[in-house]
Amino acid sequence: MTELLEPAATTPTAGLVDDRPADGFFRVNRSAMVDEAVFAEEQQAVFDRCWLYVGHTSEIAAPGDFRTRTVAGRPLILWRGTDGEVRVFLNACRHRGAQLCRVPDGNARGMSCFYHAWTYANDGRLTGLPDADGYGPGFDRSRFGLSSPPRVDVYRDFVFCCFDPDAVDLPTYLGGAREYLDLVADQSPEMEVVDGMHEYSMEANWKLFVENSLDGYHLIPLHRTYFDYLKSTEDSYLDPRRPTEARDLGDGHAVITVEGPWARPVARWTPSMGEENRAYVEARRTELEERFDADRARRIATTDRNLLVFPNLVINDIMGVVIRTITPTSAGRTVIAQWTLATKGEPESVRERRLDSYVTFQGPGGLATPDDMEACESCQEGFAAAAESPWSDISRGIHKEATDEPFTAADEIQQRAFWRRWRDLLGSR
Amino acid sequence: MTAPLTPTTAASHHEVEQFLYREAALLDEWRLDDWFALMHPDVEYRVPAPGSDHLDPRHTLQVIHDDHTRLGGRVARLKSKHAHAESPRSRTRRFVTNVRVLDGPVGDAGEVTVAANFHVMRTRLGKLDHFLGTYRFVLVPDGAGFLVRERVATLDHGIVEAGGTVSIIL
Ligand code: FES
Ligand SMILES: [Fe+2]
Repeated sequence: MTELLEPAATTPTAGLVDDRPADGFFRVNRSAMVDEAVFAEEQQAVFDRCWLYVGHTSEIAAPGDFRTRTVAGRPLILWRGTDGEVRVFLNACRHRGAQLCRVPDGNARGMSCFYHAWTYANDGRLTGLPDADGYGPGFDRSRFGLSSPPRVDVYRDFVFCCFDPDAVDLPTYLGGAREYLDLVADQSPEMEVVDGMHEYSMEANWKLFVENSLDGYHLIPLHRTYFDYLKSTEDSYLDPRRPTEARDLGDGHAVITVEGPWARPVARWTPSMGEENRAYVEARRTELEERFDADRARRIATTDRNLLVFPNLVINDIMGVVIRTITPTSAGRTVIAQWTLATKGEPESVRERRLDSYVTFQGPGGLATPDDMEACESCQEGFAAAAESPWSDISRGIHKEATDEPFTAADEIQQRAFWRRWRDLLGSR
Repeated sequence: MTAPLTPTTAASHHEVEQFLYREAALLDEWRLDDWFALMHPDVEYRVPAPGSDHLDPRHTLQVIHDDHTRLGGRVARLKSKHAHAESPRSRTRRFVTNVRVLDGPVGDAGEVTVAANFHVMRTRLGKLDHFLGTYRFVLVPDGAGFLVRERVATLDHGIVEAGGTVSIIL
């Protein structure tokens, strides 16, 4: 019988990334986007091992504030204790697993499970055990506090968790992305996530939207209607000759930087913001120059950046700050969540303008995002022919990898950075 | 149920209802310029973010928050073949029901505030989406009809469950 044994099967992910920079070659096999075996593999190799974004501490500003979230399929509670501590718990009762918290947000000193009424304090301790006499002497309630993901940490008010107990610590994980998170966090002494969340979805693989979120090449062709709108309403025009930059930040993180013509609440005033807001916006710039050196102040105030924190957190700092997570629910379906981060205490008219710019550009009912979803879904449709046309090309700018020549936002080094990390994680399993 | 009865006559209630049906038909027929002509210069068109529709819209993220300029931009975009999410365009069938005049006519302009239920069915590329929710309209009498000064479409569900995004006018 032994002669019938096949050689050890290769993993479903072997060879999906064909990376040959010396030959000017980089391509990804489209089965990476359609094969459910790849999806299952990356759940374990990527989402169960990487640090993932949960929320921002401003979303639970007061003691007792909580929000429920789903991260890598796990129901979580982001909860600030009466002691002021930010904690993340698994939203599953220690008794039999019912969801402890069944509302999206609120404020509570404790929560009682609706099934048998086990009650937990906002520091996770099990404080209420109905009919406790029914438990034997060996039952130690101190061992039945709410569970947390194995790793939880906060960087510059961004709360992350990780389901791998052996993962590197968060600052090490963030690595080269820290500098760019700092550019966002340093915009103003206090930032807050605005109420309300955008949640939307597409019938396409999550990695397509990661690529899209870092894709400077698609802006003009795909978003023509949006740029026409900007031109006609505020006479701002994305000049394709303006210098842009793309950087591989290491460990799968990447960023693209442009200097757009549009208004930035921190801090690039344009007439579209109204004369009444000019002094306020310019004062933000001055404040940055007092807090930091001139070059750093300039980077914070006037560069527009799309940052990827591997694997699925995107922070766009453009006309406002958008925090985006991109979460697969299957190989062909993705749920996107977005929030916007703003300067706390800014004037109402600046806040309104900030929200309207964001909603119109990057919201799921805006003038651009539906077209991004359409493009990703259209690619996924095209992948039905993956057997005959198996490769997606991601080689723009690869000839510069052997030189010192900088990359532009329309190159694809940023997407290659993502894919190389993805390949390494899947290959290392 | 408990809202006070308004001086609105049966005749004007009928006019309001007919106006809403006509407005819906213009959207279904993709007669977007004719539809946009029904918008008051101070129009506000909003789709609140599902789950936070109870919060003050000035301080809360909306899925759509258009004034006359942005709504004009939306119409111009939808008419363009470069609005890729709507090219080919959706077909929609709108059911506007349970129309109630909540208030009015009030003020010099004689504004009327109207609530209704909607069920917008959208088909595109072999998919069928159902958008369910309520409308709030503030209508300003204008000649023989009305102009829309406020138009809020509040969804009962997340757009993850239906539509994925909102590429049509709801
Ligand atoms: S499952 Fe929560 S108390 Fe029983
Ligand atoms: Fe885009």
